[in-house]
Amino acid sequence: MALNRATIQGWLLVLPAFVLLVAFTHWPALTTLVDSFYSTPRGARAAVFVGLDNYIALLDDPVFLQALINNAIYAAATIPISIVLALAMALLVNGALPGRPFLRMAYFLPTMLPMIAVANIWLFFFTPDYGLFDQVLSLFGAGRHNWLGDADTALGAMIAVAVWKEAGFFMIFYLAALQTMPADLREAAALEGSSRFNFFRRVTLPLLMPTTLFVLVNAVINGFRLVDHVVVMTRGGPDNATTLLLYYIYETGFRFWDTATAAALTVVLLTILAATAAIQFGFLAKRVHYR
Amino acid sequence: MIAGRTPIASRTLEAAGAWLLAILWVLPLLYAFWAAFHHSANAARFDPLSPLTLDNLAAAWNAAPFARYMLNTTLLCLTVVVAQFVLCTLAAFAFARMDFWGRDTLFAIMLLQLMIMPDVLLVANYRTMSLLGLVDSILAIALPYLGSAFGIFLLRQTFRTVPQELDDAARLEGCGLLARLWRVYVPLAKPTYIAYGLVAVSYHWNNFLWPLVITNSVNTRPLTVGLSIFASTDQGIDWSIICAATLMSSAPLLIAFLLFQRQFVQSFMRAGIR
Repeated sequence: MALNRATIQGWLLVLPAFVLLVAFTHWPALTTLVDSFYSTPRGARAAVFVGLDNYIALLDDPVFLQALINNAIYAAATIPISIVLALAMALLVNGALPGRPFLRMAYFLPTMLPMIAVANIWLFFFTPDYGLFDQVLSLFGAGRHNWLGDADTALGAMIAVAVWKEAGFFMIFYLAALQTMPADLREAAALEGSSRFNFFRRVTLPLLMPTTLFVLVNAVINGFRLVDHVVVMTRGGPDNATTLLLYYIYETGFRFWDTATAAALTVVLLTILAATAAIQFGFLAKRVHYR
Repeated sequence: MIAGRTPIASRTLEAAGAWLLAILWVLPLLYAFWAAFHHSANAARFDPLSPLTLDNLAAAWNAAPFARYMLNTTLLCLTVVVAQFVLCTLAAFAFARMDFWGRDTLFAIMLLQLMIMPDVLLVANYRTMSLLGLVDSILAIALPYLGSAFGIFLLRQTFRTVPQELDDAARLEGCGLLARLWRVYVPLAKPTYIAYGLVAVSYHWNNFLWPLVITNSVNTRPLTVGLSIFASTDQGIDWSIICAATLMSSAPLLIAFLLFQRQFVQSFMRAGIR
């Protein structure tokens, strides 16, 4: 190690940001892992080492298993739907449609609104009888439906809100990529008589792969991070039908104050995030065409 | 052009689909406006002739300390953006243009944060804050986000595109390291700062779960937490007042976005966030 001027300068510049970053991301991740092997300290009783007991207890916890399944469905639905919609929106807005500025603004709008605020509005939309959905559906003769109170539809409602919130945000990244695509590609394809669909499949889509990877990473993170609307709209109910992992961590940690279980849950969530990251970068990065 | 050869029917269909989607996307906001400016009796009945009112806004404003919440959120966003700009600029410059021992290892460790965000580590970060005696302070809401891997990465990419000749020229004129950073790199990265600043402000204006956990008094709660408490306890199901409060808490960001929409989208694109 050469302790030269550049090294000292470099470390001094990086250190302030790096210390904060490690203190609130890497360090808590490590302490959470350690905590997950100890019991919850209660009153005078200190935490004792319990090995894998917290994890074994999780396997017997029906709410945890339910949260795992719910989150899998939630992620499996929101990620592809919001990405496909984002791509469609970007292609539409990139074309020569009437009212383009309005369309772009409309799609992007949900990104600027606090989830907590729009959750209140969606709460009204889903209200039985006089909520917007029931009012519209009653025009077609459908009866009342308790969207958020019915375990069969509550998770679907959460998915709809998440897709609505996210699609416009991802659209921006696709739009940015589309606008840097050279116009002569399009002209060459037109000369060869290639159809619009073929052009999209053979040229546009492959060129958008780096963007798709970036969007996918963000969509996966949000598939596990975005639970604000659950707190406002259902509180995990009815009967845990909308309990997602992060929401369950919040409930366990801050409503039941069971920090050991919360730590074990957090480790599960971190493992899922790390595993999906590894898959995305290892497997997909090979198929991305960088110029 | 391919567009010119597309049949009219399919283009009409495309436009109709685009507009339908757009209307669906603005519907929640349109409804919030409708309910906020109508008496609660008419909030769910869409009669275009029902009278307008400002009572709901006044009622919501008086029912909870929204002015204080707004001040808290503003302070929070200012703290985060200023601190992130300074810290990320310094780190990004070192990563982009300096060759020092341990650089690549530090960079790799830092990038882990792109996958594991502080939002997930609620319980451990809460404990750190209580050890530091910071629970229920605006600083505690901001602290976990100040060292941002995303910000450092973004600025590093931008700094790397600055021509080395400009840097060398400044060096020949006798500029020190910080002077070069301030006179050459920062001005050239302005679009990135604007884009990143807007992203950061909208993220922290809207952030909810961590502030919910770490605050417990009026003097620290940001708008999002204040609004959720207001909507869940005080109002029951008076949609008009809830919508009025909802609009109030989104308004500053919404107005800023509508005014600077072009710049927002453009700077987003120019910053090359891809």
